[in-house]
Amino acid sequence: MAALRAGDEVTFTAVLDAWSPGLLRTARSFVADMHTAEDVVQETWLAVLRGLDRFEGRAALRTWTYQILINVAKARGQRDARVVPESSLREEGPTVDPSRFQGADEPYPGHWRTAPDPWPTPEASALDAETRRQIEAALDRLPARQRAVITLRDVEGYEPDEVCQILDITAGNQRLLLHRARASVRAALAAYLNPLSNEEQW
Amino acid sequence: MSTDDLNCDEFVELVTAYVDNALDNHSRRRVQEHLATCTGCERYLEQIRRTVAELGRLPADQLADQARDEILAAFRGWHSGQR
Repeated sequence: MAALRAGDEVTFTAVLDAWSPGLLRTARSFVADMHTAEDVVQETWLAVLRGLDRFEGRAALRTWTYQILINVAKARGQRDARVVPESSLREEGPTVDPSRFQGADEPYPGHWRTAPDPWPTPEASALDAETRRQIEAALDRLPARQRAVITLRDVEGYEPDEVCQILDITAGNQRLLLHRARASVRAALAAYLNPLSNEEQW
Repeated sequence: MSTDDLNCDEFVELVTAYVDNALDNHSRRRVQEHLATCTGCERYLEQIRRTVAELGRLPADQLADQARDEILAAFRGWHSGQR
């Protein structure tokens, strides 16, 4: 932090390059395209520079940088609201299609009718570009807050506490949004990896 | 089956709290006991973990050079304005 405040460009460049990918991805939760996301990230960094003197620790600086990003991105997203497709995904209720489970008149109510089909082994698909495209497409379909949470938690690997601070949400809400988002992405992967099974994107 | 047994449709809604270590001891034990005997839920859990792992492997996008240059220029300007 001292190096940053002293104007050390090497340190600043390292921070800029380390955080910008996560900032870009998170901005995408609220704006329609990559170009707008870049504008949002640039505006965020300029705002960060204006407040840099106030920061003692790098962790606090990162959280604050993301908080600025969220505000800028939400403002841009609202302005461009017409170009962000309205998500059709449910924001409440079960995260797995209830018809996958046995009903009250069956032998084991609430248990799987048939277990989820196994996926091909990770070794076979880990580098599969199409798998990644499917995941990106599933992220594109998520409601903004779910997408922001799963991006910060699972793509960027931030701890729940920091995600709650960044998005100004409670721990319970953070987990609920993450839960719904993960279930949707898993269902999209299942539909792609087991195309012949009847698992639907719920 | 006792009334304390977890159903699969309950497990799938607890899976995130379980993976995040956010369940109380009682619920955690119910989940573990259920997982020990349920292939479907064991597989679901594994697929959620795999989903998280794949998300963590998505490639990073970098800022376009022009935007990056403008931010670096602003940093230099900020520093010279400070002195």
